[in-house]
Amino acid sequence: MRKMNFAQAINEGIKNEMRRDPNVFLMGEDVKFGVFGVTAGLIDEFGEERVRDTPITEEAIAGGAVGAAAAGSRPIAEIMFIDFITVAMDQIVNQAAKMRYMFGGKIKLPITFRTMAGAGISAAAQHSQSLEAWFTHVPGLKVVFPATPKDALGLIISSIRDDNPVLFIEHKLLYATEGEVPDENEPIPLGVADVKRPGKDVTIVATGFMVHKALQAAEELSKEGVEAEVVDPRTLFPLDKETIYNSIKKTHKVVLVTEEVKRGAWSGELAADIAEEVFDSLKAPVKRIGALNSPVPFSPPLEKYYVPNEVDIINAVKSIV
Amino acid sequence: MEIPKETLLTMYERMVRIRKFEEKASELFAKGKLPGFIHLYIGEEATGVGVCAALREDDLITSTHRGHGNVIAKGGEPKYMMAELYGKVTGYCKGKGGSMHIADAEKGILGANGIVGAGLPIATGAALSAKLRKSGQVVACFFGDGASNEGTFHESINMGSLWKLPIVYVCENNQYGEFTSQKRHQVITDISQRATAYGIPGVTVDGMDVLAVYEAAVEAVKRAREGNGPTLLECKTYRFHGHFEGDPQLYRDKSEVEEWMAKDPIPMFGKQLLGNGVATEEELKEIQNRIQQEIDDAVKFAEDSPYPEDNETVKDIYTDLVEEGRVR
Repeated sequence: MRKMNFAQAINEGIKNEMRRDPNVFLMGEDVKFGVFGVTAGLIDEFGEERVRDTPITEEAIAGGAVGAAAAGSRPIAEIMFIDFITVAMDQIVNQAAKMRYMFGGKIKLPITFRTMAGAGISAAAQHSQSLEAWFTHVPGLKVVFPATPKDALGLIISSIRDDNPVLFIEHKLLYATEGEVPDENEPIPLGVADVKRPGKDVTIVATGFMVHKALQAAEELSKEGVEAEVVDPRTLFPLDKETIYNSIKKTHKVVLVTEEVKRGAWSGELAADIAEEVFDSLKAPVKRIGALNSPVPFSPPLEKYYVPNEVDIINAVKSIV
Repeated sequence: MEIPKETLLTMYERMVRIRKFEEKASELFAKGKLPGFIHLYIGEEATGVGVCAALREDDLITSTHRGHGNVIAKGGEPKYMMAELYGKVTGYCKGKGGSMHIADAEKGILGANGIVGAGLPIATGAALSAKLRKSGQVVACFFGDGASNEGTFHESINMGSLWKLPIVYVCENNQYGEFTSQKRHQVITDISQRATAYGIPGVTVDGMDVLAVYEAAVEAVKRAREGNGPTLLECKTYRFHGHFEGDPQLYRDKSEVEEWMAKDPIPMFGKQLLGNGVATEEELKEIQNRIQQEIDDAVKFAEDSPYPEDNETVKDIYTDLVEEGRVR
């Protein structure tokens, strides 16, 4: 095993794929240095043709990736903050997601859209959102949301190799987190969840940075004799419902934890699926924790109040066990 | 410019194919035989054909919601197009795309597009791919005067010029963005002027004259292929029909339409071919009759073809997974 942080893991995965496949290239705003250093150094090995700084031009970055993929390349397009993706929505939602379908399956679009999400650094309302539900709502896209360096490495490799448009979401608070990764750069398949902590009393499904808060909450709960099983879906679509349902069938109780604004969240869809498909396994209502229905505030105490924390999770668990 | 007879006759044939395809589509739509809505290219034949005649077989194009003409100009086949207009499984897109989304990757047609201006970044990305893969391909990006006010126009041409991509931005200025005339949607007359802002050549040609379009396109394609970057080529043209079939066209005078129809590019080109002794009346007539037959056969092919099966609805979304079908 090697140790690396989350940002280094993504860098390593991209490097691995760029070495392996000459059709892979990276473009985005300031990718030469990388705002959080994720793509730093790649230009030294691959040059500025394949590590391509773009103007500030999100729609042309996203659309450029669509056209390059349609013409035979395998682009990685970086939209610096997920908030900026609003500017590129037509190309992602109407073009990338639909072209294969509209053209009767006669084209493939191997694109990885990398983007950074999440609150926690007082970046305020236009640099901090969690917008994953917008994209899981659109047939034709896959949505990946890793929580550890190991998963980030394996999933970025799979995302790049995938022949479909993949939105790869990176929570900014994870970049500096360290973890062990396998010595070999191996892909982790999309659509396979990971049980991050086994338990028997309650299932906590958490995504992205919330996986770590769920794990902390689970440690606290354990002191009080409640063993929570923490399931990290890792990809939001395709979703490994089987692993989630198997856990629920064992614990009969579930808490869903995401950083999204709760209204219209991806977690709402999962709650509905659980109600439709494994209702009989439940012995308590599905609990759902999310951010407040508010823009992300700037002021540190307000931002802290806005995002879910360990206490919210612990309280939700206690209300049903 | 010396142009081989074969090229000239192919150009004439493709213009006739577009016209007859569109006239048939108009007739079928009026009879209620085609679902959805259609935007016809009648009157603009010289632009698509003039540009595509300057391209290689493996070159790429992107098109617009008024895309039938560009598709035929790049070699698209009427029978698969007609079947697509009918929503039949034998259509270019298995009936899943329809009029606004016809594509044929094998012929380098990266799709018509239902979103105004959306083809510009896609074409730019395709040109980037051609450059990175060193394929020698050039991309022709078709769009209208309306799209020249979209953000994508500016973002794409900036990127294309910055990176000297092998692309020709072809503005088919048909004088109207939907119902709004050019003078009511921008203050400039020549959209090619906007090239100055991106440091690339901007050229305006008579889009009713296929040879003028062709010659300008040859120059622009050569420049692109040699690695000298994009050209903004504006072709002044006119759509003889409304924005869509059934459009009452309250926004323009009949006299204006008649003025442009007097400049119909197909008889004009026919006259040139006869005048230069390139073709005889009989040869042109033969082309017209043959294409008419081809279009009639295309309609028969489309009408005889089956609709897709219901379960096709959830296929072709991803390469590797099928969404859930309806439980009935």
